[in-house]
Amino acid sequence: MPKTDSLQGSLDLLVLKILSRRPGLHGYAIMSTIKDWSGDVLRAEEGSLYPALHRMEEAGWIRAKWITKETGRRARIYELTTEGKRQFDAEESRWQAVTSAVNRVLRTV
Amino acid sequence: MSLWSRIANVLRGDRLSREIDEELQSHLEEAIEQGRDPGEARKAFGPALRLREESRDFRLIPWLDSLRADAIFGWRQLMKNKVASAAAILSLALGIGACTSAFRLIDALLLRPLPVAGPGELYALARKAIGPDGKPQIFDGFAYPDFHLMRDGVKDQAELIAISYSDRTDVTYGSGAEMEKAYRQYVSGQMFNTLGLRPAVGRVFADSDDLEPGAHPLAVLSYDYWSSRFGRDPKVIGRSVRIDNALYQIIGVGPERFTGIEPGTMIDIFIPTMMHPGALRADWTWMRTLARVKPGVALEPLRAKLDAISGAFERDRAKGFRGWPKERLEEFLKQRLFLAPAAAGISDLQNDYRTSLLALAVLVALVLLIACANVAKLMAAQASARAREMALRISIGAGRTRLVQLVLMESAWLAFLAAALGACFAWWAAPFVVGMINPPGNPVRLYLPADWRVLAFGLLLTIGVMLLFGLAPALRASAVNPVSALKGAQDHSRRRSMHALIGVQAAFCFLVLFVSGLFVATFERLSNHPTGFSPERVLTLETGTVSPQPPAVWDQVADRLRSVPGVETVGLASSVLLGGGSWNNFISVNGAPPNGVLAYLLQASPGWTEAMKIPLLGGRDFRRGDVYPSVAIVNQTFAKVYFNGDSPVGKYFEVAFPNGQHPRFEIVGLVGDVAYLDIRGPMLPQAYFPFSSIDDHGALLPISQGTFIVRTSGANPLELANVLRRAVPAARSEFRVSNIGTQLEIDQSHTVRERLLARLAFFFGVVAVLLAAIGLYGVLDYTVVQRRREIGIRMAIGAQAADIARRVTAEIFLMVLAGALAGLALGSFSARYIEALLYQVRPSDPAMLALPALTIVVAALLAALPPVIRAVRIDPATTLRDQ
Repeated sequence: MPKTDSLQGSLDLLVLKILSRRPGLHGYAIMSTIKDWSGDVLRAEEGSLYPALHRMEEAGWIRAKWITKETGRRARIYELTTEGKRQFDAEESRWQAVTSAVNRVLRTV
Repeated sequence: MSLWSRIANVLRGDRLSREIDEELQSHLEEAIEQGRDPGEARKAFGPALRLREESRDFRLIPWLDSLRADAIFGWRQLMKNKVASAAAILSLALGIGACTSAFRLIDALLLRPLPVAGPGELYALARKAIGPDGKPQIFDGFAYPDFHLMRDGVKDQAELIAISYSDRTDVTYGSGAEMEKAYRQYVSGQMFNTLGLRPAVGRVFADSDDLEPGAHPLAVLSYDYWSSRFGRDPKVIGRSVRIDNALYQIIGVGPERFTGIEPGTMIDIFIPTMMHPGALRADWTWMRTLARVKPGVALEPLRAKLDAISGAFERDRAKGFRGWPKERLEEFLKQRLFLAPAAAGISDLQNDYRTSLLALAVLVALVLLIACANVAKLMAAQASARAREMALRISIGAGRTRLVQLVLMESAWLAFLAAALGACFAWWAAPFVVGMINPPGNPVRLYLPADWRVLAFGLLLTIGVMLLFGLAPALRASAVNPVSALKGAQDHSRRRSMHALIGVQAAFCFLVLFVSGLFVATFERLSNHPTGFSPERVLTLETGTVSPQPPAVWDQVADRLRSVPGVETVGLASSVLLGGGSWNNFISVNGAPPNGVLAYLLQASPGWTEAMKIPLLGGRDFRRGDVYPSVAIVNQTFAKVYFNGDSPVGKYFEVAFPNGQHPRFEIVGLVGDVAYLDIRGPMLPQAYFPFSSIDDHGALLPISQGTFIVRTSGANPLELANVLRRAVPAARSEFRVSNIGTQLEIDQSHTVRERLLARLAFFFGVVAVLLAAIGLYGVLDYTVVQRRREIGIRMAIGAQAADIARRVTAEIFLMVLAGALAGLALGSFSARYIEALLYQVRPSDPAMLALPALTIVVAALLAALPPVIRAVRIDPATTLRDQ
């Protein structure tokens, strides 16, 4: 099982979100994007990211293909499947529900 | 899709690993390109191997992947020791194949439900009684009027159907066409409906097709016969077939797979019971009765009701019996009807071969167990050699279950490769064995499908075998203690368990040899049992006529046959000796009441005793002009039983026929005893009458059936078969030969079962000894290798070769001895179950016990020789230097 880190529970959501906006990213780019878009707050560990990607791929949410970049190196890029889009919507609304509930608790004086 | 891709990924595991590695590598390179420190980037990844394993496990099925890895490893282990593996696979294959064949036969004959609706509700009616010969008998034959009463009496509880014994008869399609043989069975009109059988073409019988005697000349073909004889031509419906001088119209074809209810016989033509000549006869038991019991009906009250009806019928009928001694009649009427489950059908073959097949199945199972013990020893020896490897695996964290799996995989390879080979063997062997049950004119035809029943049995057997020889070594290997194993400690319990296996093998081997010996001796004694006549060079020509012919015409045909070159003598008889036919009755001498011993009767022409080479001991042979009923020839037993052994020539006796007639005969000749019904058992009292008969007014009766007995001068009488077959109709066009064979074949048909048992048991006896000897050799060899160092030291300090040999073999020979003794006990215990299959052989006969013991001792000595020679040739200097 992947080890726990700060992104436990939300890594899938972040990856799905990023791939829904920017299909065709490879693992390193996904990692960088998480860092950039979160304003350097969130960081995905390599040790968690790749097992997560492969797990989501196996679950059929994302699919991967090999491309050859202009540098001549091969890279494995990912994009969302239809099922992945559905999964993203579900995960997002669940996230919203959970965060607003947590916020409500925190706002209670 | 996902599951499929994961299974696919298991099969391309290496490529998967490479892909994952490449992706991670490309990530690292990207990171370095982006200006990250290579060391730091690599460190951020953590252990690459763990990451790969983690990702791999998502993308394939981990347990399947480990199984694959173990399978490859197991295969390599097998390949390391090709000879031992091949020997293991071959011996297991023989065992598995033989067991599967035995199952196929037992299943086809005894277990497989008939392809009818609700076979579990079917019961066969039969009666236990003391027969006219004074012995307890089981009759499953019924007379039709009896059946009729029973059917009407229980129609609310069960549906009764009548099904005749099948017979192989002559049929002709169209005028002028050749006669051919077909299996015929008379069945109740409602049989097809009651059994839920639908026609494949045309229609099957209905109740209305079986009402009036002789009024329904209709025939239904079996699907199998329709396919093989007519190539599934639907135009056959409406055609006629001539059987017994009557024309039957073919109205339909039965359902596929239904070939009657007799496993071992495939019926070709079904005919309504009302067409049987004995349909109204109360004294003719020509059919079996099947009951389909309605749901919820209790069996015992039903049985009692049927018993009462049938018993009353028999008592009523017995009032008309004449000539039966009183006590015999009373015993006969004490008969008791019973119901036997008939889901798998009902046939004589079942009764004849039930015990034999089970005995053979036990033999082959024992051979398989002996083979398993060999493989278990092989696995144990290998596991012992791999104790260090196992210890190492455990030390670096392999789970016990994973180790069990690892070792079991190797066993699985052996078992499944053997099963594949064994399947090929069983494919061939089961029909081969059925082919050996082929009495002349009546070969067994048994439906032997290879369907899920056989497959499931084979699979279960294979898995069972695998666990039997693989589980113990696997558990033992996984339970290895890493510390002591890595230090090089010896495992003594392993040697003990190997020795125990030797004992078990010796016991089973003894049992197999003992039983084989009994079967072989039985066959030997039975085939050498005198029959009183000479069957060599004798042809039997069963002959029929289109219309009954006067005796003089039969004599003309016989004369014509005598003129054929190569023919020595020709006789004519109403049937052949040992041919299965039987005509018997009680005899009365000087008007006294019959003494309760049945005499067996036969009609024969002049020259018949000469053709059969039956010695004439007194009086004369029949002459032309002798007619039935006037004179008779009797045998020695007849003279002993009815005339106290005095010479009977010139004396008179009467035959007490049940219809009240008491014809009187003058004995004109005395001949030697011959076997009439059976090769086994004591000689029966016999009386022969002239082939020609006269009626009450003294007129000669025309004859429509007889058998020419032709003694030829050539060594192979069958060379004349075709000439004689043509000579008969050439002599008189009304005559047809319906069956031609040799008397030798007929004699041998009485030992078919014994020959089969003897041959197969002998074969498996040889295999058992061979396997046990190989196993013994293997263990001894292993022991010598293990104890090389000890032997070296002993020799260095002056031990003699004999002493070494004794030390190496003593313990193992003791095990062989103990095993053989256990086998002896097992053999004496189990012999009672096969006693019915034996003839003039007693299981307690010392010779029967000595032979297997001797064989085992010789085999053990031969097997021990090479390892012992190796042991005494050990050179202490080299051995001690090596270690």
